[in-house]
Amino acid sequence: MTSAAIDRISPELPSELARGRGGGGPAPKRIVVAYGFWIFILGDIVMFSALFAAYAVLSGSTAGGPTGAELFNLRSAFIETMCLLLSSYTCGLGILSAERRKAARFLIFAALTFVLGAAFLFIEVTEFARLVEKGAGPSRSGFLSAFFTLVGTHGIHVASGLIALVYLVAQVITRGLRPAVLRRLLCWSLFWHALDIVWVGVFTLVYLWPS
Amino acid sequence: MLGRLTWAAIPFNEPLPIISVAVVGIVILTVLVTITVKGWWPYLWREWLTSVDHKRIGVMYVVLGLVMLLRGFSDAIMMRTQQAIAVGSAQGYLPPDHYDQIFSAHGVIMIFFVAMPLVIGLMNFAVPLQLGVRDVAFPVLNSVSFWLTASGALLINASLVIGNFARTGWWNYPPLSELAFSPDVGVDYYLWSVQISGVGTLLTGINFVTTILKLRAPGMTYFRMPVFCWTALATNLLIVAAFPILTATFMMLLLDRYLGMHFFTNDAGGSQMMYVNLFWAWGHPEVYILVLPAFGIFSEVVATFCGKALFSYRSMVWATLAICILSFMVWLHHFFTMGAGANVNAFFGIMSSIIAVPTGVKVFNWLFTMFRGRIVFKTPMLFAVGFIITFVIGGLTGVLLAVPPVDFVVHNSAFLVAHFHNVIIGGVVFGALAGINYWFPKAFGFTLDERLGKASFWCWLVGFYLAFTPLYVLGLMGMTRRLEHIADPSWQPLLLVAEAGAVVIFGGILCQIAQLYVSIRTREQRLDLTGDPWNGRTLEWSTASPPPAYNFAVLPRVESIDAFWQMKRKGRPQAEPAYEAIEIPRSSPAGFVTAFFAVVMGFALIWQIWWLAILGFLAAAIVVLIAGWSIEREHEIPAAEVAQMERAR
Amino acid sequence: MTDSFEPVFDRTPGVEEHGPTVSYLSYSVGLGLAILATITSFVVSQTDLLWPPGIPVGLIVLAFAQIGVHLVFFLHLGSGPDSTNNILALAFGVLIVFLVISGSVWIISNLNSNMMPMPQ
Repeated sequence: MTSAAIDRISPELPSELARGRGGGGPAPKRIVVAYGFWIFILGDIVMFSALFAAYAVLSGSTAGGPTGAELFNLRSAFIETMCLLLSSYTCGLGILSAERRKAARFLIFAALTFVLGAAFLFIEVTEFARLVEKGAGPSRSGFLSAFFTLVGTHGIHVASGLIALVYLVAQVITRGLRPAVLRRLLCWSLFWHALDIVWVGVFTLVYLWPS
Repeated sequence: MLGRLTWAAIPFNEPLPIISVAVVGIVILTVLVTITVKGWWPYLWREWLTSVDHKRIGVMYVVLGLVMLLRGFSDAIMMRTQQAIAVGSAQGYLPPDHYDQIFSAHGVIMIFFVAMPLVIGLMNFAVPLQLGVRDVAFPVLNSVSFWLTASGALLINASLVIGNFARTGWWNYPPLSELAFSPDVGVDYYLWSVQISGVGTLLTGINFVTTILKLRAPGMTYFRMPVFCWTALATNLLIVAAFPILTATFMMLLLDRYLGMHFFTNDAGGSQMMYVNLFWAWGHPEVYILVLPAFGIFSEVVATFCGKALFSYRSMVWATLAICILSFMVWLHHFFTMGAGANVNAFFGIMSSIIAVPTGVKVFNWLFTMFRGRIVFKTPMLFAVGFIITFVIGGLTGVLLAVPPVDFVVHNSAFLVAHFHNVIIGGVVFGALAGINYWFPKAFGFTLDERLGKASFWCWLVGFYLAFTPLYVLGLMGMTRRLEHIADPSWQPLLLVAEAGAVVIFGGILCQIAQLYVSIRTREQRLDLTGDPWNGRTLEWSTASPPPAYNFAVLPRVESIDAFWQMKRKGRPQAEPAYEAIEIPRSSPAGFVTAFFAVVMGFALIWQIWWLAILGFLAAAIVVLIAGWSIEREHEIPAAEVAQMERAR
Repeated sequence: MTDSFEPVFDRTPGVEEHGPTVSYLSYSVGLGLAILATITSFVVSQTDLLWPPGIPVGLIVLAFAQIGVHLVFFLHLGSGPDSTNNILALAFGVLIVFLVISGSVWIISNLNSNMMPMPQ
């Protein structure tokens, strides 16, 4: 579709009456649903911003306990990052297949996405366990409370994303790629990409930031 | 098995809460028995509890807000009475522990469970009608939102009889609210009830931003939207941007309390100031979340009852949007005295003064709309005039408080208490009452009694000034807020005046109850058959009163602002339109059931009954998953039925 | 609110508007750029490639670049008039995130610098 064609519904109509810019009447459901989910994601990111702010403020409050430089394992942080990034990629390709109604290919990509997301979670949980074992649990200092809460909240989001993925795959298998299911898949992909964006903030501010 | 919950949690030894709970219990029991005896349950369940109709949900929000207003007001008058009599050697009738719970509960209830439900309820009712559409973007989610808010209100009221409430003031500052200093369930009641209702509020915000931006009648461009829709848009954007901050902050405090973390504790590197900072990063936008819809209501009311288009519609819109952005840049003025340097205080002081400018623009717009208008002094218009005067006074004392050196003198004093009651009662409460009087005929098909409405207005107005002008003076005399006992007897005369003011406001509330009762009794004589009792300007008045489930048989075509006014001037088309079948969303018990399990989960978390908390959470999650499985959520009204209903108008 | 097949001139994030080859290419280019930004971030933080005081700035620039890549190539956020709503909502969210984080850091660091020095 060329950009001139998408400017207005018909040449006679002023462009402000086109849908999306006001006057075209109620938007169709897929637009409404995806836009609403977009707003939800923005709200979710604002919630993360409060956790980021808490981490930024408390990152020096180690209370004599271990600092980030002593604790963090950059190698596993890098592997986690790559897992999540690749899962974002496979998620995108999965959505492309779903939009073209290629259910088998979608299922393959969904499985890949799930495996990559689960790998991310596994590494994160192992890291958390390692820290707690070292006596650097969340109740050790303000810094570690903020660290566990910020990274853990992201992890909980990833975990719920995985549960939602299984749930949606079940819908695809039982119902097929009908519009209602596609709408939900699209929302889910927005969620998954957004988690990757939040993770960019996490590895920059938490793991890479010079102390 | 039951965590911290034992029989000792019920305060049998304190007569006051037990008696009040007994009275409330008897009232609730009577209502339930009446419903059961009359066999109204199926109707209630079908038409209200599971309804996803934005009009019904709006009405339920307003009812919730009004019921909680009674609770919040009884807290208020108890505090006023205590301060009026506990002077010098007298100790009053409330022990400090009880008094502290009352002022905390008063603040929490009035903000979260009175003001929020009232403005959200009015937005729910009016916004889709004004936009000329059939429902909000996500009707089932809307019902979930409402019931989660009601869950929070239920938990707060449970604290009256099972356990106790926070004694920390409504901001709940640590370290006082930390486990070390508030070891019992009071703070947990506060945190969990607001967390649960906060999720509902966030979902409302998402729902309405989407509705206003994506669902409007054909032809309704942004600059043809009624001002109330603009203010609702700004409010809901603020909800989406601010409530997650509160959720995160309360989550951190909960983690401190439940898992021994150190976000805000005294030891191990916690920072109490961070709580204060984040709390007000939500708290200041919250002020505008509440007052912007009130501004919108007054804009509609003033234009309607002056018979004129709103003066300078565009400046009104831009002022609203400016407030929406600026309200996120002033939060430090709530804690000027916390110890920030002069440059930080100066920045936030200047920003706080700047935000008064768009508000001033709005005041002038209302005044110029009234100028040479044919003003009809119905109850909503009286509230609007009372609002303009009262709000300007409250705004000016606010600008005063925005000057850091002045704030250092009067912070934490009765002056501050007077200021924010001045803007919240004069702005939000007057706005909600104006809105209720304005839209009641649309919602129920008959008007409210004018005489009692006006009596209620005068009681509220006079009562407000009597109750809060003395507090300005007392604050300047050095009286700090939240005093349980007054040491200086020279303050007593003014405190007695304030007490009298509270009694007059109570008279206003009684007038409102009488107004409702009388209007319902005489509804046959006050039917609104035209659907347009006030000669209105916006689309909600173009449909029947009460509107049919589908709102508009044919979506109106909008050609200008004040669309209905223009339609009336052009004359309605004579020919009957070709009616089509209409899909409307089906009722769903998802909201009610989810909220039920949310209450179970919240209660179990407060009392640390872990198995029940997990059970409640899982059950709520399963309900959500079941609701998310369904595909067909609409039910169709055939064209013939639509035509029949429209011809019967 | 039904799904109709009439042309609709309104877009949401996450929906790409191109043919299949362009779309696959878009995701792959995005993945390449994102990996590049990530590796650069890790390298910059661990080496003296950048002037050390400039490392935080470098990291922030790289993070923003990567977030931009995600938004454009993964979320398909366009710049056309039909995407105005999406961009405006995003801009509002970014503003709030910026205000909350930078405001908190500024306020608290100012408070800390005004505190009495702690006994060491």
